[in-house]
Amino acid sequence: MTLNVSGLYKSYGGRHVLTDIHFGIKSGIILGLVGDNGAGKSTLLKCISGAEQFDHGQITIDGVAHSVITPELSRSIGIAMIYQNLDLCPQQDVITNIFLGQEKTIRIFGQNTPFLNRSHMKYLATEVLNRLGLDVDISQNVSLLSGGQQQRIAIARALISHPKILIMDEPTAALGIRESKKLLDMVRNLKMQGIAIIFVSHKIQDIYDVSDRILMMRQGKIITDLNKNDISLAELHKIMMNEEV
Amino acid sequence: MPREAKISALVLIILCGLGGLCSDVFFTSANLVNILTASATIGILSIGASFVLAAKKLDLSIGSFMALTAIFGATFGHSGTGIIGLTLLCGVVTGLINGVMVGFLKLPSFIVTLAMLGLARGVALVISDGDPIYDLSPSVIYIGQGEIFGVPVPVILFALLAALCGLILNYTKFGIQTLCIGDNENACARAGIKITRHNMILFSLSALLSAVAGLIYMGRVNAADPAAGAGYELLAITAAIIGGTSIFGGKTSIFGTVCGALILSVIQNCLTLLNISAYYQEILIGLILIFAISLEKVKIYPRGMR
Repeated sequence: MTLNVSGLYKSYGGRHVLTDIHFGIKSGIILGLVGDNGAGKSTLLKCISGAEQFDHGQITIDGVAHSVITPELSRSIGIAMIYQNLDLCPQQDVITNIFLGQEKTIRIFGQNTPFLNRSHMKYLATEVLNRLGLDVDISQNVSLLSGGQQQRIAIARALISHPKILIMDEPTAALGIRESKKLLDMVRNLKMQGIAIIFVSHKIQDIYDVSDRILMMRQGKIITDLNKNDISLAELHKIMMNEEV
Repeated sequence: MPREAKISALVLIILCGLGGLCSDVFFTSANLVNILTASATIGILSIGASFVLAAKKLDLSIGSFMALTAIFGATFGHSGTGIIGLTLLCGVVTGLINGVMVGFLKLPSFIVTLAMLGLARGVALVISDGDPIYDLSPSVIYIGQGEIFGVPVPVILFALLAALCGLILNYTKFGIQTLCIGDNENACARAGIKITRHNMILFSLSALLSAVAGLIYMGRVNAADPAAGAGYELLAITAAIIGGTSIFGGKTSIFGTVCGALILSVIQNCLTLLNISAYYQEILIGLILIFAISLEKVKIYPRGMR
């Protein structure tokens, strides 16, 4: 599984937010994406997931080039995104949140009916939560769960569609130290399962701990594309601070 | 089922107990049938209102649609089947108009349905020239006045529609997505749920239920009245809210809504039995609505019950 972004441009009302973006990622790799607020990270992720349309450029997945990505296409080709705000429905239960927009229905004579297949959904939800090491009552409202548990529900939703590429936007932003560590372990685990992960964070330490490659963005451009082994955490900090390395 | 729905069931039982204490007539079979029949029209409207509210929208046009659909059916239908068919068709079409304006044009549902409240009533008055249409087909009258094994047809229709809509809400993709849209519409859109199409179906369902309520009303009074259903939107929304539907979206229960409609009907019945003026009933309904919304807004319900 490979994803290549080439010559991607995006602007809002004449203001360029993404300029000539090129990078690639393949299975079992964690790509860390860092940059200041307004660097264009979130816009880039939204363009890949189809939530925003890019102006020019191509996104090539497994050799197939796409000049337009919609949320439906993105999902069908195996891209899943976890937004910073998690996009949960707080008054609904765990199982409903995990299957949001991908509800399983009862099939009769090979045709889908409008009726939910709750037992199948329950089975799949339990399986994915076990994979993530989360032991919660799936009939519980997600608003009653902790921040870390809610984060894992959002990850479970992404995993239920068996993604090949998982995009995580600031997944540790709202977590404490212990929950962040658990999440980073989980991300490494997902990598071992062959999923390509794009991991965005303001926390340089988290990016450095978990990534294989690090992209740095500034003012809508990629200014650095490095293997983690080629740079120290201190040097990464210096680049972030716009200092000489 | 929201805990508020269970509370509304408890309130209904307590009110019935009080009704029995206040009047010997309350628990007679004739009076109980009266309560059920009176609750059918508002109950069916409130089921539609519950779906719309659950999706964090508002439909203020349901009372006017009751009148418009009935007038349309009675004017252009030349037989019982024709009247019923055209009434229901008019319901779907008017609902689609609401749905298009809310879904495609992204107009606020409050404004759209407020405008349609006046517009639909106006069209009903224009078509009928302001006069009720009498002498309807026996099959239409049967819908409002008929009985099956001693149970009034409106009550049977109310029960069947409540069961069907409860099934849709709790056991179908559409029902669960309605609650999710009310909870977090942006998340649903990003999850690939087609919000525009969903809103169109929601408003069509609400208007179709208004048309059924219009048919029952028309059959009960043996006339298609352009003034029918005036103020019913308030009653229907009140019934939904006291049954546990959240005005802030994401939560509803058809069982609770049915209880809400019955609570309103029992209150009105008790006040009538106590010879209290209908004017006070209006005041009481308004106060109940404010109280029910306040319960949720100020979070009087204990944690876990909200």
